[in-house]
Amino acid sequence: MGDAGEPVFATSISGVRRMSRKTSALRLSLPQMLLLGFLVLGCAIVCANEPDQWLRPASAPAPADNLPNAARVKLGQMLFFDPRLSRKASMSCATCHNPALGWSDGLSTAVGFDMQILGRNTPTIVNTAFNTIQMWDGRKKDLEDQATGPIAAGGEMNMPLPEMVARLQSIPGYAKYFDDAYPGQGVSDVTVARAIASYERTVLSTESPFDRWRKGDAHAVSDDAKAGFELFQGKAKCAVCHMGFNFTDNGFHNIGLKTPEGHDYDVGRYAQKPIKSMRGAFKTPTLRDIGLTAPYMRNGCYKTLKEVVAHYNRGGDDKDNLDINIVPLGLSDAEEDQLVAFLQTLDGAPMQVTVPVLPH
Amino acid sequence: MMFRSVSALVALAALAVAVAVPAHAGDHPVEQVKKTFSVPVLKAKVGDTVTFKNDDEFAHNVFSLSETQNFDLGSYKKGETRQLKLTNAGTIEVECAIHPEMKMKIEVSK
Repeated sequence: MGDAGEPVFATSISGVRRMSRKTSALRLSLPQMLLLGFLVLGCAIVCANEPDQWLRPASAPAPADNLPNAARVKLGQMLFFDPRLSRKASMSCATCHNPALGWSDGLSTAVGFDMQILGRNTPTIVNTAFNTIQMWDGRKKDLEDQATGPIAAGGEMNMPLPEMVARLQSIPGYAKYFDDAYPGQGVSDVTVARAIASYERTVLSTESPFDRWRKGDAHAVSDDAKAGFELFQGKAKCAVCHMGFNFTDNGFHNIGLKTPEGHDYDVGRYAQKPIKSMRGAFKTPTLRDIGLTAPYMRNGCYKTLKEVVAHYNRGGDDKDNLDINIVPLGLSDAEEDQLVAFLQTLDGAPMQVTVPVLPH
Repeated sequence: MMFRSVSALVALAALAVAVAVPAHAGDHPVEQVKKTFSVPVLKAKVGDTVTFKNDDEFAHNVFSLSETQNFDLGSYKKGETRQLKLTNAGTIEVECAIHPEMKMKIEVSK
């Protein structure tokens, strides 16, 4: 491990030095010193074998009743890009989750059925396979549960699921793909959801400069980014919520965003769990590929990462029911820039996507 | 004489404690650590208390929307505790509102 590992190494060395001084002061006997040696060695082996919590796993998890295969992913990709899943055959999943825009839409808040402007920012679907709960307010438990939600939602694709199934059944070319993916199960809202979920599980972040640094390439990121990562875990408290390789705790927090003038207060998670702390709380999003998914926050109120960092530095704006983790941070302007430099190292090379030819 | 007085005082104090705290009442400590409750299923009795302690570096919450007992102990930081008195028999599904993966059950008997 390169620079990412250096702090660990330095800690170990200083620990041994401290121990040496203590050993000398205590005047340990030879058996005691041998025992101490074994303990230190054992600890070193355990530490060395501990997986790096910041590195991505090799594959994404999938439920036992919908394990991915090529046929399911292929069908799911077609459905994901097929606008005929919407009432007016005018928008597909990819309309909002556009791979050319970080699997989001580049808008502050989404545009739904008949061009109506919706209340929340379109979350990227990158790494949603790793989420233990879905949507900004956690109203869907997994990808299969989530996949048909926006299709049926009146403000989004506005397509009642029975009509969606009937429409897909009327397209002869789809039958073969459903048979290949889910033999004998036909076209149903269940097979549609499972296929789309299977495709979404392939939308994963790729290796970023941050990953290369963690794996030992000391030159993969700048010194500012390295300092930013230290702030991220320490003074700036970001890792309290943005923890682990996917930079999320899959938890819900009220981070004190202002409600824009003329907009209703968004209660967020409270609609699902009417608990005081959940009023105005939303799910912690991933930070992977964050440079590709502006504008930011659940209402898209910030255009740049610098604005986002500044928000947290001042401890949020709307203090009503603020999460107790959100406090003024006292970061300097230079430290804010270091945090931004670190965040920019989380962008992987965009996944190459071939837009499918759809069945007729 | 002095020894007898002290013994009598101790006996009186013990009696007072016995009267104040019913024999069946107890406290059940539960830690919140690494985003899990340390006890997945807790068996307790009506009148017992459960003390939840946050041993993580970040805030946790404890609540239940169960029919048996509905409560919200709020959010609190590392090292802090919140106590719940069990008032009804039945099963209570306990969660952390902040981290929905954190769940446990309390099976309360009379």
